[in-house]
Amino acid sequence: MLHIINKSPSDRNSVEAALRLATKGSVVLLIEDAVYAATRGNTAAAKIQAAMADLKIYALKPDLETRGLADRVMDGVSLVDYAGFVDLVAEQPNCQSWL
Amino acid sequence: MKFGILVNEGPYTHQAADSAFKFAQAALAKGHEVTRVFFYHDGVNNASRLTVPPVDDRHVVNRWAELGEKHGVDLVVCIAAAQRRGLLDDNEAKRQGKDANNIHPAFRISGLGQLVEAGIQNDRLVTFGD
Repeated sequence: MLHIINKSPSDRNSVEAALRLATKGSVVLLIEDAVYAATRGNTAAAKIQAAMADLKIYALKPDLETRGLADRVMDGVSLVDYAGFVDLVAEQPNCQSWL
Repeated sequence: MKFGILVNEGPYTHQAADSAFKFAQAALAKGHEVTRVFFYHDGVNNASRLTVPPVDDRHVVNRWAELGEKHGVDLVVCIAAAQRRGLLDDNEAKRQGKDANNIHPAFRISGLGQLVEAGIQNDRLVTFGD
């Protein structure tokens, strides 16, 4: 399952909720303002770090770059472009957007 | 693979309309099929043919229309969400006794059945919204 999250952890609880409910082996993609959750020292950093044991975490690189955050990404978070976003949707059996 | 896309947010709001468009573009570029984009809630505002952004800005509506025409993507606007927000095509404007219509001809009005169908007939349905 691919979990797509698009809001900052300072704005909504969708990052926290998705990490809590995602099952082991699932994939999380942070897009739009949710890319803040992929940066070092953000409010959800500890939760993201802990989740990496069971989940694969990706962030959309163009959205990090738009926000000037591309050099602040936490270790262990993989970056994808839109083509990589499409691949993640295709590879996973289903996807859920946390709106 | 066949993709359906659901857009729940209006243009020039946050980022969902842009993300959805870029995702559709990337999927088509990779040889996938995007069969339908369904515009729901404030997403119906993506279909207004009267949209006039500044000349140096992206034209979200025309951009969808061109994508739809070039790649045969069915651009469907939820009728109830559209009417609530004052978006009418020619037929609906006549039926409702209104003096104007504003839905871009590349889009068509239909109902939630088309959203359900997009979920059934495609391999993936990807949602973008607020």
